[in-house]
Amino acid sequence: MNIIFVLLPLSLLLGGFFLGAYIWSVRSKQMEDLNTPPLRMLADDDCQTIINQKGE
Amino acid sequence: MERIETFAYDDGIVRKFVLATVLWGVVGMLVGLVIALQLAVPELNFGLPWTTFGRLRPLHTNAVIFAFAGNTIFAGIYYSTQRLCKARMFSDTLSKIHFWGWQTIIVSAAITLLCGITVSKEYAELEWPIDIGITLIWVVFAINFFGTLIKRREQHIYVALWFYIATIVTVAVLHIVNSLAIPVSLFKSYSVFAGVQDGLVQWWYGHNAVAFFLTTPFLGLMYYFMPKAAERPVYSYRLSIVHFWSLVFLYIWAGPHHLLNTSLPEWAQTTGMLFSVMLIAPSWGGMINGLLTLRGAWDKLRTDPILKFFVVGITFYGMSTFEGPMMSVRSINALSHYTDYTIGHVHAGALGWNGFISFGMIYFLLPKLWKVPVYSQRLVMAHFWTATIGIVLYILSMWTAGITQGLMWRQFTEAGMLQYPDFIETVVKLKPFYWIRVLGGALYFIGILLAAYNVIKTLGVSKRAKADLTDSSAQAKALVPTTLTGSWHHKLEGRPVLFTVLTLIAVLIGGMVEIVPMLAIASNIPTIPSVKPYTALELEGRDIYIREGCYTCHSQMVRPFRDEVIRYGEYSKSGEFVYDHPFQFGSKRTGPDLHRVGKKYPDFWHYRHMKDPSSVVKGSIMPPYPWLFNNDLNLSLTKRKLEVMKQLGVPYSEGEITNSESNLKSQAATIASNLITQGAPADSTLQNKEIIALVAYLQRLGTDIKGDTK
Repeated sequence: MNIIFVLLPLSLLLGGFFLGAYIWSVRSKQMEDLNTPPLRMLADDDCQTIINQKGE
Repeated sequence: MERIETFAYDDGIVRKFVLATVLWGVVGMLVGLVIALQLAVPELNFGLPWTTFGRLRPLHTNAVIFAFAGNTIFAGIYYSTQRLCKARMFSDTLSKIHFWGWQTIIVSAAITLLCGITVSKEYAELEWPIDIGITLIWVVFAINFFGTLIKRREQHIYVALWFYIATIVTVAVLHIVNSLAIPVSLFKSYSVFAGVQDGLVQWWYGHNAVAFFLTTPFLGLMYYFMPKAAERPVYSYRLSIVHFWSLVFLYIWAGPHHLLNTSLPEWAQTTGMLFSVMLIAPSWGGMINGLLTLRGAWDKLRTDPILKFFVVGITFYGMSTFEGPMMSVRSINALSHYTDYTIGHVHAGALGWNGFISFGMIYFLLPKLWKVPVYSQRLVMAHFWTATIGIVLYILSMWTAGITQGLMWRQFTEAGMLQYPDFIETVVKLKPFYWIRVLGGALYFIGILLAAYNVIKTLGVSKRAKADLTDSSAQAKALVPTTLTGSWHHKLEGRPVLFTVLTLIAVLIGGMVEIVPMLAIASNIPTIPSVKPYTALELEGRDIYIREGCYTCHSQMVRPFRDEVIRYGEYSKSGEFVYDHPFQFGSKRTGPDLHRVGKKYPDFWHYRHMKDPSSVVKGSIMPPYPWLFNNDLNLSLTKRKLEVMKQLGVPYSEGEITNSESNLKSQAATIASNLITQGAPADSTLQNKEIIALVAYLQRLGTDIKGDTK
């Protein structure tokens, strides 16, 4: 089962990458506000849609 | 100083990907319908090499996964990423290269797979030149995506984008590692890994392909398109973050659940099982979040077919992510493995989750991209109901078939003998279920035909109305840079954790580049002394086995169960597979396991059986292989094949390599004359034919170990 010497570091590397990404996201304040993002994405329309909506 | 910037989203690239999705969906599902029919009506193999089930099945899987689901993912990612980042894609040129490159890969896959040019590793069948193409296009995609992320005008990275990040990073690693091979020629290579090791790498890849190609990107799409379609925010953003991170960390370890009760070491199997069961939690986190997004707005379901697609799709996701962990439990897997139950499970997820999210998204995007309403809402409804009924018929028939066959295999009489000693008895029993599956699949296929018609008509309306298809423009404030000033390295140093992680990655990559080749060769130390490499003729026969896709119906792994040992012989030991580049464990027993078929039947039995299986085994659904009796065996690569195998650690002697052709010919002559003695038509050219190589290979299988109980 020597292949484990390849798969284990590889999986740990992938895991490590994502761990790093997680830590980065916390430190760069990505998790500070969890309330506005779901609402903001609903309204992130392009100009034409805004114009269309305003014209209603 | 804040600056409002006006920019335009690239809608053109999304339109391209949407149309490609529909086209390849039709193609891929049509092939699926054909192979489903072939199992019920074997004559539909047509007696031609390019149309056998063994060659069409990988075409189907590649088309629906990489062509249909792939283009869906790209369409959705390109649409949503731009809007979530409030930025146009990083590079229009890279977008175009990505699109055309991916379609080229699909077309080359279709051609090569039909020609039998295959590595035989599931969902990674394509040979090395195409693998390199996939890597290049994936890098183009990654640069385009991450470039857009970097130039975003929205500071917060919405959860959908995290799912896309996970997809792009992980798929790259999986693809590269599982595709490692040494080329023999432009169209042939041998996997760097062998036997059980190859099996583990393959299913580490295979399950993570499901995780990071069929799950994470679709969850990302769900998190964007479901709230948009429902005009409701996600139920719990906090939950979406929690389940994203736990999903990503848990999924990597689930691969061994494809190898339960095989000769993979038990501790590896248990790890896969445990992580697969734990996976229910983050998966259902996604399901709950998606479904409860409709809280307070369930009445919209009655009238909106797009929401119907999303809700039913998410429900199937929840079902599949419960069923999957159940099937990952060793004792349950003992019954379901190699049966149609697995197929039922796959298609619940694929047709239900992947298909329905794709359709919902496409119908949602049509008006946004072509600026006219969808041509016919009634056709969308018709699509939904037809497809849903199709899925239900599909999975019910496959569940029944799978459990029926699994139970029949293991049934004993009161006297302690197998109740169904002839494998064919368990095959014949399944025919009605194969027909119901054809019906289910046909309904689903009709569904996508309705979609294609609707899309074409919508495009027609849009064209006639001369709809303005210029890129949608938007406005947003430029992001104030929060990084340190100075050189890139200075900025990096300001982030110690990131720096550490990147350093770690660099070190690990370097380490692995050295370790992989060393281990790939060192791991071929024989643990069973009597196991020897294949002869040149047998190796050529093995390559024919791979070319014809025999592994799509036959396994080579006798499990340590009483009924299997009685039916097939001694259970398979991992040491027997050390020279198998690539491994051929198989995933399905449409036909019997072959690992102990060596010397079970006389050579002439195999001769007659490959020529016309149903004349030898009454009721057999295996197609005939007449071209093996007409084609001369191609010897131009034989020596090179042995050289590559030696490079991979298979202990061929110099003499065996130098004399490969003459050794092959003398072994072939012996087999041919035996066949003629046993009753084959006298023919001096028989010894040159491909069938001789295949017979040699089949007769070698499983004969190396002593103490064979049969």
